[in-house]
Amino acid sequence: MELLEQDFYTQAILSLAALVGLTSFLMLGQGRLLRLIFVFAIQGLLLTLATALAGYSMNNTHLYISAAITLLLKVILIPWMLEKQVFKLNLHRDVEALNNKTAVMLGGASLVVFSYYVLHPVIQDTPLVLLNALAVGLSVVLLGMLLMISHRHAIAHVVGFMSIENGLFFAAIVSTRGMPMIVELGIAFDVLVAAILFGIFFLHISRSIDSLDVDQMNRLNEVDQ
Amino acid sequence: MIAAYLLLLLPLSGIVFFAVLGHHPRVGRINIKFNAFALLMSLWLAIDVFQSGSIISPGQLFLIDSFNVYLIVLTAFVGLTTSIFSAPYMRHEQENGKLSNKRLKLYYSMYQGFMFAMYLVLTTNNMGILWVAMEAATLATVLLVSLYRTPESIEAAWKYFILCGVGIAQALFGTVLLYYAAIQIGDTENALNWTVLYENASQLNPEILEIAFVFMLIGYGTKIGLVPLHNWLPDAHSEGPTPMSAVLSGLLLNDALYAVVRNKMLVDGATQTHIAGHLMMGFGLLSFLVAAIFLHKQQDIKRLFSYSSIEHMGLMTFAFGIGTPFATFAALLHMMVHSLTKSAIFVTVGHAAQIAGTQRIEHIRGLIKTQPAVGWGLLIGTLAIAGFPPFGVFTSEFLVLLATMHSYPWLTPLLLLGIGLACAGLFRNIQPMVYGKQPEGQQLVPANLWPVIIHLVIVLWLGLSIPQSLAEWFNQATILISGSAPL
Repeated sequence: MELLEQDFYTQAILSLAALVGLTSFLMLGQGRLLRLIFVFAIQGLLLTLATALAGYSMNNTHLYISAAITLLLKVILIPWMLEKQVFKLNLHRDVEALNNKTAVMLGGASLVVFSYYVLHPVIQDTPLVLLNALAVGLSVVLLGMLLMISHRHAIAHVVGFMSIENGLFFAAIVSTRGMPMIVELGIAFDVLVAAILFGIFFLHISRSIDSLDVDQMNRLNEVDQ
Repeated sequence: MIAAYLLLLLPLSGIVFFAVLGHHPRVGRINIKFNAFALLMSLWLAIDVFQSGSIISPGQLFLIDSFNVYLIVLTAFVGLTTSIFSAPYMRHEQENGKLSNKRLKLYYSMYQGFMFAMYLVLTTNNMGILWVAMEAATLATVLLVSLYRTPESIEAAWKYFILCGVGIAQALFGTVLLYYAAIQIGDTENALNWTVLYENASQLNPEILEIAFVFMLIGYGTKIGLVPLHNWLPDAHSEGPTPMSAVLSGLLLNDALYAVVRNKMLVDGATQTHIAGHLMMGFGLLSFLVAAIFLHKQQDIKRLFSYSSIEHMGLMTFAFGIGTPFATFAALLHMMVHSLTKSAIFVTVGHAAQIAGTQRIEHIRGLIKTQPAVGWGLLIGTLAIAGFPPFGVFTSEFLVLLATMHSYPWLTPLLLLGIGLACAGLFRNIQPMVYGKQPEGQQLVPANLWPVIIHLVIVLWLGLSIPQSLAEWFNQATILISGSAPL
């Protein structure tokens, strides 16, 4: 099946899926917090575009609303809040030394392959665009987890957490034209509250251990001290 | 149906009320009244369902059937008794200078927030809202885990937040897949409604549902505390204020299991195989055994009982996984007796920690001499949770064993091993704490032990004879879940 034979919507969604996947990889290798947040905002923007595009092709107002919510939350509000925290805690010059960058990237690539493998049973009776979108959604989720494992900084963890949410949202938009409105509003509310709580936590953590390096949080474990 | 709306509106108004007036000296009593009213509403709801069967609200937003109504009553009951315990407990903490007025406001406000999320999880008919409410329960409790602001509690809260957040994101992916399977067969706006899904379960694509269930089990399983996703649970339970440990153990874990069982009913309908059950059995048994072993090396009294919670949740997951009517009946009974016993134990544990001024097991000694009521409460509670007859936990564990012998006889030795290990693990730690020689400097604390007495008496009663009406109730729920009656 040639890409150029598809209609405009399919082509656009496939390209957006590729770009969303790419931003996840960019985040994976990024040691500077401000750039990490910037790439996260770009991912949110791509998500907004995908949602609006789906709304346009379906002529569906509800998708426009969720595009607006995404724009507000994921592109403007959350990146802005995170950036403010970075400046407030004076972290904008820090560069995190990432160990095993190559191994992490290769791991990320194998996660993408794994996502396609897991979702293979879905393929039989569905168009190709769906398989790709769901697989990219799942790989963004898994890459978000990998981001949290490979980075040691609490703010990077939050970016990973939110990008997991992005992956889920992308899968929902493309495969099912979004969730029912009430569910989507609920999810947006949860994300917003989570973002605020994370802000509170940064303050508490930096007060209690004097840094946001999660490796320093090691008081609770099963091993006898 | 009015009862269900009131049940939800009440804690919702409670959030605002306590956020403003939560520092008032009599606030503990007001919290009790809020929860008492919720219990009345839940009983009203239960009577409605008992007389006229399942209720679906206009617009299909809420569904009350025999399965969730029993959990609603249980939730309201444990919510009430824990609030009775929490009133003097929190006052003691405040007088000791551990909490400021602002944090007390936060505590009471979020107590109601948590109750609201629990009621929403149980009453909603929409699988998407179920997820939203489950996440909201995490958000409501995460700041309570770090209420004392010690480095340990902040670490525990962060772990809880990140692990449960990431875990439950998997459940959302499962929900997306479920929705995707559902819109292939019907209308889109109601496609996530459980009633619609359940009616059309046989038409759903079995392969997609299998994948969806794996994600749901991982997602909600993180909240149940299934091994190997359990890391957050002992930390969150041990570092937060004790009333929170009681409701987390007694309610949150149950509700997460409830979500898994609801999904299992759908998947079983679609696949017509037992794959979902086998997955649950595997995870459940693993959690049961691993937690029983970990009980032996605990140094913190609250961590000890958190591992006991993991163990019991594992057993319930296993029993629901077996899926025969008999096993389901046992699992439902076990859910109830475990909630009651575990929240009673956490109440006494909270007092014990206040008496000794620490949660370290090696420093808590001679409770029976210092404050006999607390010591006996802890001892009898532990007897009950370890599965000694004549308490209800014995009955339900015995039923699970019988069901296992019937369906999977070769798994029985593993279960027996786990029960034995857990019993030994609990008693090697509890015995010196209760008897032992009392150290210097222990002080009496104001304790309200009525919640403990009431809970343990009910558990004892359930162990001696299950009342006819309650048995009938369990029967109805069992028929709903497993398709036929056990008795």
